[in-house]
Amino acid sequence: MNGRLRTPLKNALGLGSARQGSHHFIVQRLTAAALVLLGLWFVWTVLKLLHLDYAGAHALVAQPCNAVLLLAFVVTAFWHAQLGLQVVIEDYVHTRGSQLVLQVAVKFLCFIGAAASVLAILKIALGR
Amino acid sequence: MPANARPLSPHLSIYRWQIQMVTSILHRATGIALAAGTILLVVALLALASGPQAYAQVAAFCGSWFGTLLLVGWTWSLAYHLLNGIRHLWQDLGYGYLPAQFVRNGWLVSIGSVLLAGLVWACVLAQRGGA
Repeated sequence: MNGRLRTPLKNALGLGSARQGSHHFIVQRLTAAALVLLGLWFVWTVLKLLHLDYAGAHALVAQPCNAVLLLAFVVTAFWHAQLGLQVVIEDYVHTRGSQLVLQVAVKFLCFIGAAASVLAILKIALGR
Repeated sequence: MPANARPLSPHLSIYRWQIQMVTSILHRATGIALAAGTILLVVALLALASGPQAYAQVAAFCGSWFGTLLLVGWTWSLAYHLLNGIRHLWQDLGYGYLPAQFVRNGWLVSIGSVLLAGLVWACVLAQRGGA
């Protein structure tokens, strides 16, 4: 024993609390609160896009206010999705290898999705 | 095979179905569905950025029966995850935990999500009819 008041099991497994749970919890709820507002705005905007042709849709998304809100929606949505999927994988995938692969894949895909969306919105907003 | 075979707590098949567990399961299921739905969002944005032809292809897919089916599913998923998410935020503030409130709010969210998704598609159909 090392003299500290800890059970040997924790040291043996090396799987004690990572002390990051609170941050995950808070960010998940912050992004959720933001998505309540941004999600409603997004549905409203998509309904406006429906009866527009390509030029009209392009012009609507290119408006600075819409472009900024769409950027915020996309980034927040992928952030929130990553946090949620992380917990689902933690809860249901119990094989270490598959869990690691899935966790990394979800993070990579969410980042790529967010980056591609940001590029597309910037191109629409800044192009021409 | 799980790496470490631990004893399991009683799982889904043990319990009688009730609104408390259905709302919880649906929150996760709709969350996963919405995460998958972001693929269409990214594709649509890239198409809008790249030109009229690509945008027309995405619009054609969304108008097809399969695209419409997906969009109806994602609309309800978003409505449900939104309303139940608000309920979760409300619970995080410490409200709505009495069994009667919990059950009532579960039904409010479930029925509300169908009404909200229906409202959105009523707007879609009204625009389609008008155009």
